[in-house]
Amino acid sequence: MAIAELTPPQIASRPEVALAAMQVVYKRPEALTEAYTHYCPGCSHGVIHRLIAEVIDELGIRERTIAVAPVGCAVLAYEYFTVDAAEAAHGRAPAMATGIKRVLPDRIVFTYQGDGDLASIGTNEIVHACARGELLTVIFVNNSLYGMTGGQMAPTTLPGQVTTSSPYGRDIRQQGWPLHITEMLAMMPGVAYAARRSTHAPAEIRKAKKAIELAFRAQIEGLGLGIVEILSSCPTNWGLSPMEALAFVRDKMVPVYPLGDFKVHQALAARA
Amino acid sequence: MAAKGTVVIDRNRCKGCELCVYHCPQHVLKLDETYNTRGYRPVILDERSGQCTGCAVCAVVCPDVVFTVYRFPQPVRTPAVRAVAN
Repeated sequence: MAIAELTPPQIASRPEVALAAMQVVYKRPEALTEAYTHYCPGCSHGVIHRLIAEVIDELGIRERTIAVAPVGCAVLAYEYFTVDAAEAAHGRAPAMATGIKRVLPDRIVFTYQGDGDLASIGTNEIVHACARGELLTVIFVNNSLYGMTGGQMAPTTLPGQVTTSSPYGRDIRQQGWPLHITEMLAMMPGVAYAARRSTHAPAEIRKAKKAIELAFRAQIEGLGLGIVEILSSCPTNWGLSPMEALAFVRDKMVPVYPLGDFKVHQALAARA
Repeated sequence: MAAKGTVVIDRNRCKGCELCVYHCPQHVLKLDETYNTRGYRPVILDERSGQCTGCAVCAVVCPDVVFTVYRFPQPVRTPAVRAVAN
């Protein structure tokens, strides 16, 4: 019996009919495991994991995707995706991913790296992976400090930002300016897609998903390396509530790290 | 009061960060008074209001993927459906 034919009292007495008629708008993506994540309440890592999983599901590439996990808060990322995964030494995910992709060129390989991993100790690896034009997808999560080790200053820390190792705020005369790594990488011919997105609002999260999809398409279509930098909140180390932390991303990080596409390969431009 | 949609919440997965509570356009989510098995106060759907539209904004902002979101072909009584869903 169709739900439209039922009167409210009938629905109340036969809720299984109503349940069967429900249209699923959102459910957990297949590319995520059932494991509970270890991330702090309100951390954007969980959102970004979910976006990657949704893109993997929608592209239908789960069975041939290989993840390379970083060192940092996301060090256990291999527990959370239902894809094969490897764990790289600190900053070396692009080097490890290069090896995997070259040995198994039909696989889809992505790295998931934080700013302490990619923009500091791993700068060399990501720059040369881009210079070689490796067919990889790089998800670069920028939360402006080293989260896992207790909130120390990173190359991406904002000018004046207080961290445990810059208690008076980052002084640009001593510690220099934040590193805009995605803009730098966008200059390189081997990079097919470079963009920066944020997670501070539902609309921005949806845009981030689109960018992740394009970064995967750049690899699938053999155009070059795709990198998406995603501004992420760190409520614990910023000493803010989850909502205040999203406001910090919007008000403090986005002015320093402007959102947008820095490079879109012309074969992807129609979809951007 | 009839609702256009509903959410099913994975109670023990929730860490009580409240991002969904702030972002919900219908203001139908709130934190429970009791704790889940991991020691967090999880989010619950306030069934009395019955105003959930199934817009899935909660699912978009949730870092822990606790929501499954449903929409009804036509508005139905939420508590009865949720009794089965949970």
